[in-house]
Amino acid sequence: MPTISTRRGIVAVTAIGAASLALTACVPNAGTGANAQSIAVTASDTACEVETAQAQSGTLTFTVQNNGSKVTEFYLLGSNELTILGEVENIAPGTSRNLTVQLGPGDYFTSCKPGMVGAGVGQAAFAVTGDAVATTPEEDAVVAQYISYVKAQTEELVPQVEAFVAAYQAGDDATARTLFPIARINYERIEPTAEQFGDLDPKIDYRKPGAIEEGLPFTGFHRIEQDLWLDEAIANYSTPEKDHYPKDDLKPLTPEERTELGEQLLADVNELKDEVASPDFTLTLADITEGAKGLLDEVAAPDGKLTGEENEFAHTDLYDFTANVEGAQVAFDTVRGLLEANGGEDLAQELDTRFADMFALLESYGSYDAGFVFYDTVGQQQRNELAAKLTALSEPMSKLTAGVVQG
Amino acid sequence: MTAHEQPDEIGQTTEESDPGALRPSRRGLLGLLGAGAAGLALGGGAATALAAQAGGGSGPESGAVPFHGAHQAGIVTPAQDRLHFAAFNMVSGTARDDLIALLRDWTEAAERLVRGQEVGTGLEPDNPLLPPDDTGEAASLGAGNLTLTFGLGRQLFTARTGAADPEDPFVIRSRLPRAFEPLPSFAFDLLDATQSGGDLCVQACADDPQIAVHAIRNLARIAAGRAHLSWSQLGFGRTASTSRRQDTPRNLFGFKDGTANIMAEDEASLAEHIWVGTEAPDWMRGGSYLVARKIQMTIESWDRASLGEQERIIGRTKREGGPLSGGHEFAAPDFAAPSAENAAHPAIDIAAHMRLAHPNQNGGARMLRRGYNYVDGSNGLGQLGAGLFFISFQRDPQTFVRVQQSLRADLLNEYIRHIGSGLWAIPSGVQSGDFLAQALFE
Repeated sequence: MPTISTRRGIVAVTAIGAASLALTACVPNAGTGANAQSIAVTASDTACEVETAQAQSGTLTFTVQNNGSKVTEFYLLGSNELTILGEVENIAPGTSRNLTVQLGPGDYFTSCKPGMVGAGVGQAAFAVTGDAVATTPEEDAVVAQYISYVKAQTEELVPQVEAFVAAYQAGDDATARTLFPIARINYERIEPTAEQFGDLDPKIDYRKPGAIEEGLPFTGFHRIEQDLWLDEAIANYSTPEKDHYPKDDLKPLTPEERTELGEQLLADVNELKDEVASPDFTLTLADITEGAKGLLDEVAAPDGKLTGEENEFAHTDLYDFTANVEGAQVAFDTVRGLLEANGGEDLAQELDTRFADMFALLESYGSYDAGFVFYDTVGQQQRNELAAKLTALSEPMSKLTAGVVQG
Repeated sequence: MTAHEQPDEIGQTTEESDPGALRPSRRGLLGLLGAGAAGLALGGGAATALAAQAGGGSGPESGAVPFHGAHQAGIVTPAQDRLHFAAFNMVSGTARDDLIALLRDWTEAAERLVRGQEVGTGLEPDNPLLPPDDTGEAASLGAGNLTLTFGLGRQLFTARTGAADPEDPFVIRSRLPRAFEPLPSFAFDLLDATQSGGDLCVQACADDPQIAVHAIRNLARIAAGRAHLSWSQLGFGRTASTSRRQDTPRNLFGFKDGTANIMAEDEASLAEHIWVGTEAPDWMRGGSYLVARKIQMTIESWDRASLGEQERIIGRTKREGGPLSGGHEFAAPDFAAPSAENAAHPAIDIAAHMRLAHPNQNGGARMLRRGYNYVDGSNGLGQLGAGLFFISFQRDPQTFVRVQQSLRADLLNEYIRHIGSGLWAIPSGVQSGDFLAQALFE
């Protein structure tokens, strides 16, 4: 669970070196480079060593030397460990690239991603002290930051789904059940973006009623969920409310069917990863802010997490709930500089408070690592309290687009 | 509140300026138009309220009931036909300042809503990327005699039992009135916790259900982060008269209800039985206590009971509503009068609902009833989810307790179940410039 703290005076980023993505969240009012601090980073296939864990605010240049055998990436992350403030990719073995950023005081994290896929290695805290940095946010840079985040999430999604599918195909149901909610985290953080790719979300994440209504084959996470929690599914679809749905698929799948279903899900999440990595993939500022609102609406929807309908057999809704809120927080965090530059400091502060409240309540139910309680054990009054915190967050979130996008 | 009882209030409302209406903005204009029949000129709302009263109460003309006064509106106001009642709980972690801010914001919104005006910046914010402050479904419907009556639950003073809250989260425990004790459990209670209680309640009554729903919806939205909707109830068809100018309505058993109610015109009885006096802390003086009971009716069984059985259970005739001891609807019941068929038995059964509920049988205990019929759709067994959303106002909750305990032997119990319950302190009325329950925090 990320800890939320306000960062001010974020970040100007220029990634120096050919083929590296320029992520300039903010450009410094003064020229860069005059008093740049240089920080060496040594990357390998298993480590990401930064020569110092602290620096003075101002212009920082990370010189990333890749001593590993895989092409790697270097990330500078926000205090929530999710927001990407700077990134340099395609660092070939034996080569070096620079990432130059303007950092105000605050808590950050550094991380490398050998092979440019997965959760990364050697994530470490990086503290900056000193004076605030005056910066002017740039919309294009903010959008680029968020696109980097979406890409990184799909890069983490693929190996998580691989592990889940491998256990499922091997017939290791106990492991597959444990991995099911974990494999969904990265997807749930960026779901509104994934939904932009027409047929991918229906294949990856449709629930049974949705697939039936639209006449689509029932595939993806929730089809596997039904197979892994078959007894729950049979009981669930025998209740009067759901009795009208076909029941002929409420039987165990054969190993061959498991293989086919798993391969399909893998192919679909890989396609998602390729789509967002395409140079054609782009988002607008409003996509980001409305997507943040959309993530919270996903939680509150009648077939969403608050009602426990999302994972109606596995009851792992609190993982998805948390991931949706994290995704919304990253989107907000990414556009915060623009909001504040437009005079939206009060809204930013309110959102900080509401996110902190929401995360605190979710944390009382568990964590990804320790596990969340199953949602069918969460009583009506507790659900009402979760809804109260979500509403408290969603109302100010509905003002974010207006605070960020200049009409 | 009627002009008849509160002549000062009308003048006060007339003098009030409405900043929203004076502003030459599009919103201000919309606010004015939204007032509709409530009048386009300042004070028009009050004028129409007078007209509505002269015309015989809750007619189709959409009057505006003043929000300000010595007592909250929605108690002796001639009962409107539609109800949306809502209970809220304070969000965990909130403190005194949040409660005060909420009551201020609700006061400001209520002042606009009862005039038929849009809340906040209305339907059309300056920046179209913002969601509208007002949800819009009541635009141009007028004020519809909307009243908003606000109450405070006991938990607000004492903290939720078993919760991790501090004992006095809003620092008002010392202001808890002595009479504000929780209701005991009663025989045949089948209470559902998800339809009971609440830190705050709002009773929205109007001529038009959409106006009442709009009010609750917007107040709930304004409460975000401070208070959260716990449960709410729609009601239609008032089941009580609160003014002599109103006919006695019928409940879903098909009987007239509330014949012996205290009427708005009976100021001495109101002062004695409804309005809290000097026995309470000053924030409650002029206030009252609201009891709400969601009473499910097994109407399918009732409908199969013979006319004679139905009348015996109620103690009144079905069409006229007169007591079985004889006479018209408002004739005083003679509880000693013998039955015409069997002189060994009283005409009004010893366990008839009307006998057991009558003030004469309860040491003179009287309350002002203001309930509504409800039908929450139907269940999967082909039975309507029908009943009475009972609301009563009384000076002391013990009045309700006493009557309800008397009803233990009520023949009617075979056909009803109490499935929801709540008790709230209704603070005194709000003066212009003040906010709800302000004296509680001073």
